[in-house]
Amino acid sequence: MVTMNSDKAQAKRKPEPSNEGCAGSSTDNTMGAPHQLSTSEESPNHLLYKKMEKIVEKMQDETIGVPVRTVKSFISKIPSVFTGSDLIMWMLKNLDIEDQVEALHMAHLMAAHGYIFPIDDHILTLKNDNTFYRFQTPYFWPSNCWEPENTDYAVYLCKRTMQNKTRLELADYEAENLARLQKMFSRKWEFIFMQAEAQSKVDKKRDKLERKVLDSQERAFWDVHRPMPGCVNTTEIDIKKACRMNKTLRHNKNLQIGASSCMSSSVSDTTYKTSIEFYKEQINNLKSRFERTNTKVSKVADAYITYYEQYLEYDCFFVSPEYPNPWISDSPELWEQEKQAKDISARRVKRWAFSLKELLQDPIGHDQFVKFLDKEFSGENLKFWEAVQQLKALPQSEVQSKVSDIWNEFLAPDASCPINVDSHSYEATKKNMGNGDRWSFDTAAAHVYQLMKSDSYSRYLRSEMYKEYLNVSKKKTSVKGIRSIVSFSARKETIT
Amino acid sequence: MSRDVSVKISPVETIESLTKEAEHLKIKLEDERQKLNDVTLAAVADRLEIINYMNVKPRRTLKGHQAKVLCSDWSPDKRHIVSSSQDGKMIIWDAFTTNKEHAVTMPTTWVMACAYAPSGNLVACGGLDNKVTVYPLSLDEDVTLKKKTVGTHTSYTSCCTFPNSDQQILTGSGDSTCALWDVESGQLLQSFHGHAADVMAIDLAPSEIGNTFVSGSCDKMVYLWDMRTGQCVQSFEGHESDVNSVKFHPSGDAIATGSDDATCRLFDLRADREVAVYNKESIIFGINAVDFSVSGRLLFAGYNDYTVNVWDTLKCVRVCLLYGHENRVSCLQVSPDGTALSSGSWDCTLRVWA
Repeated sequence: MVTMNSDKAQAKRKPEPSNEGCAGSSTDNTMGAPHQLSTSEESPNHLLYKKMEKIVEKMQDETIGVPVRTVKSFISKIPSVFTGSDLIMWMLKNLDIEDQVEALHMAHLMAAHGYIFPIDDHILTLKNDNTFYRFQTPYFWPSNCWEPENTDYAVYLCKRTMQNKTRLELADYEAENLARLQKMFSRKWEFIFMQAEAQSKVDKKRDKLERKVLDSQERAFWDVHRPMPGCVNTTEIDIKKACRMNKTLRHNKNLQIGASSCMSSSVSDTTYKTSIEFYKEQINNLKSRFERTNTKVSKVADAYITYYEQYLEYDCFFVSPEYPNPWISDSPELWEQEKQAKDISARRVKRWAFSLKELLQDPIGHDQFVKFLDKEFSGENLKFWEAVQQLKALPQSEVQSKVSDIWNEFLAPDASCPINVDSHSYEATKKNMGNGDRWSFDTAAAHVYQLMKSDSYSRYLRSEMYKEYLNVSKKKTSVKGIRSIVSFSARKETIT
Repeated sequence: MSRDVSVKISPVETIESLTKEAEHLKIKLEDERQKLNDVTLAAVADRLEIINYMNVKPRRTLKGHQAKVLCSDWSPDKRHIVSSSQDGKMIIWDAFTTNKEHAVTMPTTWVMACAYAPSGNLVACGGLDNKVTVYPLSLDEDVTLKKKTVGTHTSYTSCCTFPNSDQQILTGSGDSTCALWDVESGQLLQSFHGHAADVMAIDLAPSEIGNTFVSGSCDKMVYLWDMRTGQCVQSFEGHESDVNSVKFHPSGDAIATGSDDATCRLFDLRADREVAVYNKESIIFGINAVDFSVSGRLLFAGYNDYTVNVWDTLKCVRVCLLYGHENRVSCLQVSPDGTALSSGSWDCTLRVWA
């Protein structure tokens, strides 16, 4: 029997199981002491265990829970079991679950975490049929933060070899594990063997049916902590969270020391000041949040819907693209077509009108806009804005020279390509020139961008140049356009 | 003890009074925010049609890692993927053909973060070695020959991304900071302090200016940062456990998050508050990764229960479940052109869904 240190067990143990499926296996404190993590609350899996246990407790409820029975088969009895289909039916009725597939998946996960288990199978899963399953006793729940050691496992396997019962025979992988452990603990083996013998003796004194239940629960425990090859070990912790747990443990120790010094009324001045500063900063932050002007939820909700409606046509999960989706059709035509500069679809050209960002993102849209600006003799704004974007993308070593280049080209009194910025942005930028960095032109660039957006961009969208381009692309791709519309409306019909 | 304190500090500024003031402000702020909360997102979205037909299927399975896949990133060319794994390998895949183009052995196992540079010629990765290292990709020679360590944190590197340039890397770390590094010199350009616990995820704002990014942390908070000043400009709370993933809405006006508290949430920058919670009673596992479809209507979320849940962000209901992975889904990302979804899992595989 796997047991816990008595003192730890006192603190950790769940209330005695009342359900007959969990015959009191936690009553004996024999030998062996698998190590537990001392802080169960720190375990990142703990949140999950708590939620799962709530469900398991509901499942085990005497009146509304899953019906647990003792089944007679020929000469023997199978105590405290329920069938897979009983459980699935119960889940569909009592939990917020949509279909059988989801119920099965959830049941599989609860089995993999060791809360329910098939009575004679090492693979912890659940089938929707008449296979028998049993509830694990709360003593063995993973929330008790078991971290059983290999010696415990060795004792357990060794014990199984002593019990002359076919249902306790070792599986192939278990026999291999036992051989490996025996090699590993060759010096300690006598001790392990003695422990196993002692435990086996205790087990033999038990009632027959009780033993059946206990043996299966113990086996299921090891199936969780030493899963059969190919099965998922659900007790594993995300490495990031494990790192974090180690840190918090250390931190907590420090805190405790701090707390005790607090009791002796000698708070160090520095920690006190830092916490005062911390609160002051928090208050300042809160105050600054009052100054923000915020939008109503109804407004932002409308904005999401507008955005969705505008981009629906481009969302491949709703509307199929103009060329078949490469991942579905296995043809990269869509990507090849994109790279070519001819046959630009109306769908793509339409997108340029959504925002200046969309226009500039599309290489062809960008070219068109440059041509338009050249015609208007107002290309310098875009050139400036792009130079500033390039500046941000440069390695640190090239930033300084690029800063002065930009200044000389666009802003200096004798600039080769002068731009018009408001005096405020100009002064702010000039001040930055002393020790220029990659953000020096940000205010000016933002100003110029706004100017472009409200002026040149909106004129471009109204220009014959854009309209013509849109019309040409419409004609060229009209056949394809129709095809995609048809496929969309067909899909819509299936939706409604 | 209180007498002791009042001697040292002027009575106006005791911790007690400051805590009280902060609490008071918090309540007042919540009141103010509540006034703007005139209607729920789901109620406004009532006018939209229900999505009850999603034909998303697994289209590719990428097999080759020997251990848990911890992170992945799409190449800007829309078909390559870089992935990192606990076996200490980083693999460059042509996901379209499922071929492996590079398999790079890292100096450390547990490579928790990896990212493609905007040019597609460079990848970065980091992990338990606390570093972020870049590898220029070339087909002619061993990729490891030209590797270069760019930055070092005081704890593990949990995430990294290139902010619109091959020349800079933004990282998040277990030391609860984020940092912006110059690739060429390895110089720390800016560091971002404010989180009280490990930073788990970062995402760059999709705006044309691109000076802000968002971070999610084990302190349950979501912070919006200004890269120029290193200052936190906005913060969001609401999660009840670690925030494992953050992602900007394609409009740049909101942030979706995924957390160990088994919920995804939507925080709006304009409303300065949480505007939606995506959860169901039957969902009890944590979320490791979230991403939007192109229109922002769908939110894909990768869960510890081996599934990907697809949420209708506007109606706030689940659209469907994607089954297939056989262990926790650790990472997930919509491809740059929105044609597919990639997911990586502790089952050692990556999958592409469309």
